[in-house]
Amino acid sequence: MTASQTAGPTARLMQGDQACAEGAIAAGCRFFAGYPITPATEIAEVLARRLPQVGGKFIQMEDEIASIAAVIGASVGGAKAMTATSGPGFSLMQENIGYAAMAEIPCVIVDVQRLGPSTGRPTSPSQGDVMQARWGTHGDHPIIALSPSSVRETFDLTVQAFNFAERYRTPVILLMDEVIGHMREPIVFPDPETVEQVKRPGTTVPPEWYKPFENFPSDVSPLVPFGEGYRYHITGLHHDERGYPTNRLDEIRPWLERIFRKIDRSISDILLYDKDGIEDAETLVIAYGATARSARYAVDVAREHGRKVGFLKLKTIWPFPDEVVEHAAARLHRVVVPEMNLGQLALEVERIVDRHKVRRVNRADGEMIQPAEILTAIEEWAR
Amino acid sequence: MSKQQRESRVHERYLRHSKKFPNVWCAGCGIGIVLGAIIRAVDRLQLDKNDVALLSGIGCTGRMPVYVDFNTMHTTHGRALAFATGLKMVRPEMKVITVMGDGDALAIGGNHFIHAARRNIGLTAIVVNNLTYGMTGGQYSPTTPIGAQAATAPYGHIEQPFPIAELAVIAGAAFVARSTVYHVQELEKYIAQAITKQGFAVVEAVSYCHTTLGRINRWGTAPDMMRRLKEQSVSLRQAEKMSEEEKREQVVRGVFVDRDIPEYTQLYDQIIERAQGEAS
Repeated sequence: MTASQTAGPTARLMQGDQACAEGAIAAGCRFFAGYPITPATEIAEVLARRLPQVGGKFIQMEDEIASIAAVIGASVGGAKAMTATSGPGFSLMQENIGYAAMAEIPCVIVDVQRLGPSTGRPTSPSQGDVMQARWGTHGDHPIIALSPSSVRETFDLTVQAFNFAERYRTPVILLMDEVIGHMREPIVFPDPETVEQVKRPGTTVPPEWYKPFENFPSDVSPLVPFGEGYRYHITGLHHDERGYPTNRLDEIRPWLERIFRKIDRSISDILLYDKDGIEDAETLVIAYGATARSARYAVDVAREHGRKVGFLKLKTIWPFPDEVVEHAAARLHRVVVPEMNLGQLALEVERIVDRHKVRRVNRADGEMIQPAEILTAIEEWAR
Repeated sequence: MSKQQRESRVHERYLRHSKKFPNVWCAGCGIGIVLGAIIRAVDRLQLDKNDVALLSGIGCTGRMPVYVDFNTMHTTHGRALAFATGLKMVRPEMKVITVMGDGDALAIGGNHFIHAARRNIGLTAIVVNNLTYGMTGGQYSPTTPIGAQAATAPYGHIEQPFPIAELAVIAGAAFVARSTVYHVQELEKYIAQAITKQGFAVVEAVSYCHTTLGRINRWGTAPDMMRRLKEQSVSLRQAEKMSEEEKREQVVRGVFVDRDIPEYTQLYDQIIERAQGEAS
């Protein structure tokens, strides 16, 4: 038995932003490029100190466009790479996020959401970037977005974001919010050896046979880093299996089908959520991020009042868990969807569930949704 | 085999034959000449192809990497240097070369250009300056001369052009040179020097676009414009004897700066040592 086991793990008081940075290190992140922005700056500050300690590299770029570009370049060089920003910077990154989706380059983009639009209220929380995370870049593409609701969950989902990025060769967005980023909670780190680190799949074929965009059986072809003897081409143009630009429909269509299929076929691995008391519920509350904390409280109080309320907390918000919601809401008369925007993920819920059953609880003024507001919505419907 | 024959074969060892020919460039374009110079410079330096990365942005010059058998990446408009910065940081042993047009490097990518120079990161930045946006049809760029007509300047251009080489010097690059697509051997020599340089190294290759800006301004055919590069260019030494007014009519060629200043990735290695020293 080691000393640490006998003493037991020590809890550390830490912000969500710090936990994100530590989660990145634990996941094997060895490159970060970013630009200062409230409320995400602490992630950069922690990684500026921590990355060189573990042999990694940190750089503060001239803007957010350069930051995501450097992250993609570093990933092509073989490093697990991340950037972190908030709404305004996230907007600037969109074109290159599309590049990462097109060229299937693993990377993690953290967006600690603040109230928008525009400069908005930089130190106030929001969940206003939900649709931007899905559709912010032009063109059709799959995306994975995860949203934590506690400091420890931020650590875990940051690790998960890297693992999804590497496993599925895709950009992954970690959609935090100002409350989660700046809130301090005691956190016990897992033993680093127990943290799953997905290694980017390598190839066994010789360089002359290697096709970096091959229509592979798993739909994810291995990405060999630059500099390891496999010389190939990467482009944001539509491309063939070797990466060369193409206008041929018989090359573009299979590519498009494959990049969606590689996510769809692994949906059970990608969809992360907690459900509680759904089986005998009459009302279902669906929430994510900081709002899930108010929702949790409201659900508990409603239950004390004798209401049968189920709770579905989403950690993966993109792809949207259609079947999970459909299944959970099948017998229910009402679904309450609180979020710190004017109804973004609610649109997805309404796509699955009859919209007359859906009650939105929204705020987009930079203040958290209070449990009482959610409770009122639950109670109104229960009457 | 004669020396000339041997040299003409050099390209065959570096071009990708699998799919990508003919190329996208117009007959008579100068971009292929720059690609040839890059290939011969790499060959002259006897670099391993596996250790060379060629990155580009968007535009006619952006199409260069796909033809050549290095690690190649055609990135987004203006961002080649930012992508290259990430790659160079995690693969400092690689020779990372970026090729950009004047619009790509100096307009949309201008911020990355000056900051890469300021940082003095060990990248080679080759700017093919054809004074316009060729691929989109001859709109004015940051290097279009005052008074020229362009697709978006039908009444004449009223903005000052950026002097690319001089800008790179002021921004902090370790090596800066300018030549033209007429002076091929000089261009090749400068590119080789730039690739060898520890630090941010810029080569401005002055070219032309006879199918867009040239046609709009009735500057003649590709050979006419090539002849102008020959006749209206002077070496730095020759330029010293000229008045400012005389110089304005000329392309001034030469090595503008070649200085030893600490390279970014090497400095960062010291950061790692310092961080690990403190942590242990």
